[in-house]
Amino acid sequence: MTEKIKLTHKVEAINWNRIQDEKDVEVWNRLVNNFWLPEKVPLSNDIQSWGTLTEDEKLLTMRVFTGLTLLDTLQGTVGAVSLIPDALTPHEEAVYTNIAFMESVHAKSYSSIFSTLASTKDIDEAFRWSTENRNLQKKAQIIESYYYGDDPLKRKIASTLLESFLFYSGFYLPMHWSSRAKLTNTADLIRLIIRDEAVHGYYIGYKYQKGLETQSPERREELKDYTFELLFELYENEVQYTHDLYDPVGLSEDVKKFLHYNANKALMNLGYEAMFPAAVTDVSPAILSALSPNADENHDFFSGSGSSYVIGKAVNTEDEDWEF
Amino acid sequence: MPPSALAENRQLDEDGRDVQYTDQKLIYFSSASEYTHRFVQKLNTGSARIPLFASEPELIATEPYVLLIPTYGGENGRRAVLPQILRFLRSEQNRQLLQGVIGSGNTNFGTAYCLAAKKISAKCHVPVLYTFELMGTSEDVLNVKEGLDTFWTLKSQKRT
Repeated sequence: MTEKIKLTHKVEAINWNRIQDEKDVEVWNRLVNNFWLPEKVPLSNDIQSWGTLTEDEKLLTMRVFTGLTLLDTLQGTVGAVSLIPDALTPHEEAVYTNIAFMESVHAKSYSSIFSTLASTKDIDEAFRWSTENRNLQKKAQIIESYYYGDDPLKRKIASTLLESFLFYSGFYLPMHWSSRAKLTNTADLIRLIIRDEAVHGYYIGYKYQKGLETQSPERREELKDYTFELLFELYENEVQYTHDLYDPVGLSEDVKKFLHYNANKALMNLGYEAMFPAAVTDVSPAILSALSPNADENHDFFSGSGSSYVIGKAVNTEDEDWEF
Repeated sequence: MPPSALAENRQLDEDGRDVQYTDQKLIYFSSASEYTHRFVQKLNTGSARIPLFASEPELIATEPYVLLIPTYGGENGRRAVLPQILRFLRSEQNRQLLQGVIGSGNTNFGTAYCLAAKKISAKCHVPVLYTFELMGTSEDVLNVKEGLDTFWTLKSQKRT
């Protein structure tokens, strides 16, 4: 299987003064400016809060985080790297090396959380669980099989679905704790990961659409069908995985709404229409607000609902450029 | 508005800069990824797009309008308003005719979600009318379409 991953054939010195696609520079700068390390987050402030969780809740949290570790490891070691040979520009290659490294930072940051909160025995136990859980292994295998496959655009589809959809059954939990004022520093760290994944999904999805432009109408249709098929396959598995993890704490139904909500965003990143209707994407406001503190204001001046006729208050208008 | 800025704008005009006028009621910005552009197309209404490159003519509004702009997260909210949009808003006429802002973005960016729209709202004293994510869902398209219709109807009734 491994022999199918190829290295870029002819490497030329990268010239950042000749840019074919401005998006490469824009995303590179964004990623560099967003750079962070887990050591900067005061995780030890969560030790007391960790002590207030029940044994079931602790077990769930450990499992969710090992599941996320597996996905980040896959994306860092295989996923982002497998996209390099298909890059359209040398700068795109460089962006993928940045993405790959950041995924490794993400994977390592879960270990920082573990070592702060749990015992070696519990950590080992959780990692053992991750190698044995069927649904978790299955989702990694489905994605991995496309990374080793020989279709560059399908690789980008799989990669975007991983970045923008598969992480979210896991991300739900720290947002849930945060909304209850628990493990708030851990949640701060996860928010940094969530921010990175949004840029990754956006960029890989954008490059997918760039690649799609050169394809025949038949092939475009094939790739669209393929995207939805793969999403369904992954979705069914995610539902199983969600029930496995969240049934004991009674959160499965709300997690599934979060899955629908993020599946829509993953499709949009690939340039397709959202699939799940609003009736099944109404994630609990507490979760949305943990994700984005101001999103719950739900600016909808039109419908007259929400906090509507509020003119934005002083929100960091410190930019020099604002002096008209 | 400091008078110096006014003078600066006038100077730009006198310099004979390439200017493009628009009387469209919806003005938007969309990068090469075209998310916002696609959303606007689905609204099926007249619109004008803020140019992507500085080499293109400057867009100047001649009628009251609503601005629709994306926010790409990051940098802890710094530089949320893209240079092209700042260039557009440096025109005093464009700021005076601005009636409201619609923001697009991604909740993954946390506090920076639709931050550009909020910053412009605060700076130009106009309401944020609506926010949505990425290309928007069909519900978003409907809400904005109907919302804008009502918004302009109410505005015109007030004026008469």
